[in-house]
Amino acid sequence: MKIHEFQAKELLRKAQVAVPEGMVARTPAEAAAAFKELGGSLAVVKAQIHAGGRGKGTIKSNPSQRGVQLVKSADEAAAVAGNLLGHELVTVQTGPEGRTVKQVFVEAGCEIARELYLGIVIDRACGLPVLMASSEGGMNIEDVAANTPELIFKEAFDPDAGLQAYQVRKLCYRLGITGKSVRSADAFMRTLCKLFVELDCSLAEINPLVVTADGEIVALDAKMSFDDNAMFRHPQLRELRDLDEEDPAEVRAGEAGLSYVQLEGNIGCLVNGAGLAMSTMDLIKLHGGEPANFLDVGGSAQVEQVTEAFRILLGDKNVKAVLVNIFGGIMRCTTIASAIVEAYKQVGFNVPLVVRLEGTEVEEGRKILSESDVDIIPALDLTDAANKVVAAASA
Amino acid sequence: MSILINKSTRVVCQGITGSAGEFHSKNCLEYGTQLVAGVTPGKGGQEVLGVPVYDTVVEAVEKQGVDASMIFVPPPFTADAILEAVDAGIRTVVAITEGVPVRDMVRVYNTVQGRDVRLIGPNCPGVITADECKIGIMPGYIHKKGSVGVMSRSGTLTYEAVWQLSEVGLGQSTCVGLGGDPIVGTSFIDLLKLYQEDDQTEAIMMIGEIGGTAEEEAARFVKEHVTKPVAAFIAGRTAPKGKRMGHAGAIISGGKGTAAEKIAALEDAGIEVAQSPADMGAAIQRALAKSA
Repeated sequence: MKIHEFQAKELLRKAQVAVPEGMVARTPAEAAAAFKELGGSLAVVKAQIHAGGRGKGTIKSNPSQRGVQLVKSADEAAAVAGNLLGHELVTVQTGPEGRTVKQVFVEAGCEIARELYLGIVIDRACGLPVLMASSEGGMNIEDVAANTPELIFKEAFDPDAGLQAYQVRKLCYRLGITGKSVRSADAFMRTLCKLFVELDCSLAEINPLVVTADGEIVALDAKMSFDDNAMFRHPQLRELRDLDEEDPAEVRAGEAGLSYVQLEGNIGCLVNGAGLAMSTMDLIKLHGGEPANFLDVGGSAQVEQVTEAFRILLGDKNVKAVLVNIFGGIMRCTTIASAIVEAYKQVGFNVPLVVRLEGTEVEEGRKILSESDVDIIPALDLTDAANKVVAAASA
Repeated sequence: MSILINKSTRVVCQGITGSAGEFHSKNCLEYGTQLVAGVTPGKGGQEVLGVPVYDTVVEAVEKQGVDASMIFVPPPFTADAILEAVDAGIRTVVAITEGVPVRDMVRVYNTVQGRDVRLIGPNCPGVITADECKIGIMPGYIHKKGSVGVMSRSGTLTYEAVWQLSEVGLGQSTCVGLGGDPIVGTSFIDLLKLYQEDDQTEAIMMIGEIGGTAEEEAARFVKEHVTKPVAAFIAGRTAPKGKRMGHAGAIISGGKGTAAEKIAALEDAGIEVAQSPADMGAAIQRALAKSA
């Protein structure tokens, strides 16, 4: 689960990690009021969307407006907020359609001496959380990682013991953080690592992390996301979810326990298991078709959930044919077959349906389909299924 | 022989009294698995499917002499169940449960490292040695006894591969689903070592997917240490780049993990790569022919 920058900063502030003062605004007037309330001579107005690259990103209908802008008066804050709110911001991480900005964060400016990068993720290779830091903070950090990986410093830490003081001293040495800033870095980094563990984060990223003119370490940006599987431990974090930032069909699928991602093509796919679902998309493309979606019904879905999957698939107006590819394990073919019959009764099929069933209870599943009055195109194997569905979609 | 499990393996099911645990325990028993005990805290003394249920794994081990565990307990309790099995001295622990928090697996992974235990999963279909022992949720009937070792990060795609192998007349030694989570107990390399040493296994099928660097590392290991023919498939070569947030994921992987990079690494190691998911059975045949 992702959250906004202003929400992440609120979590950091509560944990005593240094962040600038800031306020959320949903109208230009609120942005102007926020500027006055902060009381400084300059502030930053930042679009709040669940994607990075906002500083370089531009408003779709007004490419001269970037997603983050320095302002020097309440009027200017209101004007920038007006340019952002209600408009689509396109960044390298949003895709070309962009995201509608529904709120901005007005934050007090600070005097920046240096910009650094800090990020924490779980490293699959060593099975531990890893704090990554670089002196090359700012917007081009991925280029730094690709071209000069030696400038990215990594410290794995034990989640129970936390990041150790010597690890902070080592990172400070590498990053050239000296003097009283070392103490500030120690508090910042160790608290951030502790928070990462406590909140079951999957990502915590501070880019840039700044050293101010006074030598303090402050988070100028903050991105956090959380392990969905651990949300049962954190009911308070669930409230931070912003459904406006998510695709409505994907949210609906999520509520039914399905994993769904909408794509551009015209062949709807209903598959069990993520690996087989990805391979089914690969196969459709190999045979000249374009998948309309990724849909993994999972292993334990019941007839009602699978029926809902059909409703979502058939609700996509681009879909010209549907491929059902099931290899039953936990999922029984009888469940899928019953759901096809149920969906036919409830939703009706206006497009051809190619069905390939194999695995647990396959004979009984095929029997359910052949004894029903649902019109399906049975397929023998993967290649047969791909050929038939690509032909059906282009017919 | 086979790897990890065989007809003399004695199995306990942790979570046997839950619906999934009971359903799949029944299938395992029907397949011929020596499922000799179940464990559910607080339900000791019952019998499920004619199998005695105990409150603790240690009691099941003492009373029934157990070698392997199959875990179906709900996600919040899975880490504890794995550690309980390890503590009781069980050397093959297969965690089927999907949805275990990553932080829990960090603790388990680092506890298990360096101990004489093989943890498979979580979020995996399990392990099967054809005609001998099935620990997991895979449909048993698609497997045929033979000489191809199959290892995979995916569940249902493994069934697809096994089905294709059986269709072209190639049986399997032991098939292992590693699990799809960021942190799992066993890597491709761990299994490559076992398959390389195993007399029954004559060829190895590896099924990977985009993300992470497990396939690249496996390719390097094959190049240096594996003399048996290997074929592979990578799922997700046409997957669109996901909408994402932040840079840390890309930095930690060092820009690796795409299908193209994985396939290049595999081919560089002399591994026969299936171009289509329908081509997995044929790819093993080509790998075998090349080495003949």
